[in-house]
Amino acid sequence: MSDKKDLKGADIDVINQYTGEKWYYTDTVKEHFFKPRNLLLDAPDESNFDANGMVGSPACGDMMNMWMKVDPKTEKIKDLKWKTFGCGSAIAATSMYSVMLTEEGGMTIESALKVKPQHIMMRLGGLPNRKIHCSVLADKAFQKTVNDYFRKTDQHDRIITDGARVVDERLNITDKDIEEAVLEGAQTLEEVQKKLKVGVGMSEESVTDIEQLIRFYAEKYYG
Amino acid sequence: MSKETEIKRRVYLDHAAATPMDLRVKEAMDSYMTDEYGNAGGLYREGRRAKDGIDHARKSLARILSCRPDEVVFTSGGTEGDVLAIIGTARANKDRGSHIVTTTIEHQAVLESCEALEKEGFEVTYVDVEPNGVVDPKKIESALRDDTILVSVMYANNEIGTIQPIRNIAKILKDRKIIFHTDACQASEYLDLDVQKLGVDLLVLNGSKVYGPKGVGAVFVRNGTRVRPILFGGAQEGKRRAGTENVPGIVGLGRALEIADEMKVREGARLSELRDYLISRITKEIKRTILNGDAKERLPNNVNISILDIEGEATLLYLDNYGIACSTGSACTSESLDPSHVILALGKPYEHAHASIRFTLGRGTKKEDLDYLMEYLPGVVTTLRKISPITVEEDAKGMSHPEAFAGENMRVKANSKNYK
Ligand SMILES: Cc1ncc(COP(=O)(O)O)c(C=O)c1O
Ligand code: FES
Repeated sequence: MSDKKDLKGADIDVINQYTGEKWYYTDTVKEHFFKPRNLLLDAPDESNFDANGMVGSPACGDMMNMWMKVDPKTEKIKDLKWKTFGCGSAIAATSMYSVMLTEEGGMTIESALKVKPQHIMMRLGGLPNRKIHCSVLADKAFQKTVNDYFRKTDQHDRIITDGARVVDERLNITDKDIEEAVLEGAQTLEEVQKKLKVGVGMSEESVTDIEQLIRFYAEKYYG
Repeated sequence: MSKETEIKRRVYLDHAAATPMDLRVKEAMDSYMTDEYGNAGGLYREGRRAKDGIDHARKSLARILSCRPDEVVFTSGGTEGDVLAIIGTARANKDRGSHIVTTTIEHQAVLESCEALEKEGFEVTYVDVEPNGVVDPKKIESALRDDTILVSVMYANNEIGTIQPIRNIAKILKDRKIIFHTDACQASEYLDLDVQKLGVDLLVLNGSKVYGPKGVGAVFVRNGTRVRPILFGGAQEGKRRAGTENVPGIVGLGRALEIADEMKVREGARLSELRDYLISRITKEIKRTILNGDAKERLPNNVNISILDIEGEATLLYLDNYGIACSTGSACTSESLDPSHVILALGKPYEHAHASIRFTLGRGTKKEDLDYLMEYLPGVVTTLRKISPITVEEDAKGMSHPEAFAGENMRVKANSKNYK
């Protein structure tokens, strides 16, 4: 990889109006920015995909939506498509990420989950410091998509619950899932169950817990 | 997408950020960098020559501002001018009160000076502007208190170009002995700077927006207005601004304002026409575009439009590739990663700020340049809209997809305009 060389030889693309800091984009970044790979250009045909996940960046407010097709036998990623309301770095980083996960027949979900933002950065030849969170966006969208896949294929035990509190052990539903359902407009337990597409047979104590969370988030965001 | 190198043409549409220096300004400055290098404080010939240069510039400014030469204080630019006018004035008048009134769309130099004063015990009221980006003088009036010592309202906004009703506000303040400051950095190229007609006590301008040098500016300080210095260590500028004078810069600022004064009327009329031409082409040829700021009460060179669903930094970089320079209110280009506080102040959700693109025309801008821009802009928008996962409502009051932020500890209401 000629990443280091690219970094030095890159043109200055954006000069910050307030600080004068120069933003260098490597040729690889530019290449992926101007010709993004694996973009989903039309409305998604859900039958072509097994899972989907949309996340927002708390740093800048940008958003990423991702769709995945998986070979159920090998668990290799056959297709990874995306759309973003994001900056140049987010476009380039996600484009590169989608290439990394699908090249050479596709990675397995297990290995794909080990790809970290720094690996994307390495392949891109670096991003300006302030733009590192943009590559995190791709990684987060993928994690959410994978969770959607696990949920849809009834592999609740494999759901990644990092940093969130599990409120339903059997289905690995977390407080974050409840928060999301409320933000999507759900107001009652039934509506939350409908949004999460699970819920039958939730245990007695988890129901109370979940109802409390619904009230908490409804008050927080709409109160 | 064609390569950057294949495109020879550059169309610079970011004159609100910086202007190219007028050659006549450069010529006026030249000798003060090499031959007339003296320190203006020196009593010998070199010093006197340098001082003559400054005095000439001071007289030019006094004529353009309709004030006395000793009411002009030279500074290192708009930022220092604003900090001096706000912090220096507040500190010097603390015995009279500790309340300040300003608006939500001021330049950071004003807003952050006010925040610094809040830490010193001052209270600040930030008055909201109307949805068209113009403040209602009545709202300034109702924010006033018995202990209000200073009101600061910008003459014209740097992002959306809206012109504020300075004369009307001055009338309200006149009998109340409240000091009135205006930041005229963006206005000075196009609007009347007569401080008597405007009725202001403090007015700030700088060289970088008037085809003059960067890093130099001036404050008009009305005789009798108490301002405490913010820099210490010298008696320059009537003890109001310490430090060796930037002689070439000051000479350049004086010359730049003389030229701007001569061109004002003609250039304003020429650019207003081009501005309206560009606004009408963009809003007609590209769907789902919204002009930010009042269509009439705006600077002749400012076009600020939210192109919904697409992110401004990406638009900016694609346009740069075609040789076009512009700016955006998107969080992605800002140091702090905060979206434009000005677009948010209009009552719009942060996605409108992310989608905003500012084109600011200048002396070199011709209709062909705008036609060149319009050859590429619609295509760039089509491409980026295909990439985008969102469809923002034109009259949205809240974010389009709050659920995407679950687990991120959002500190906002899902339906509010503010993000973070
Ligand atoms: C309205 C306004 N005020 C203040 C400033 C700051 O001026 P300077 O960059 O000269 O410090 C600017 C320019 O960025 C401006 O547009
Ligand atoms: S994704 Fe927002 S700054 Fe890059």
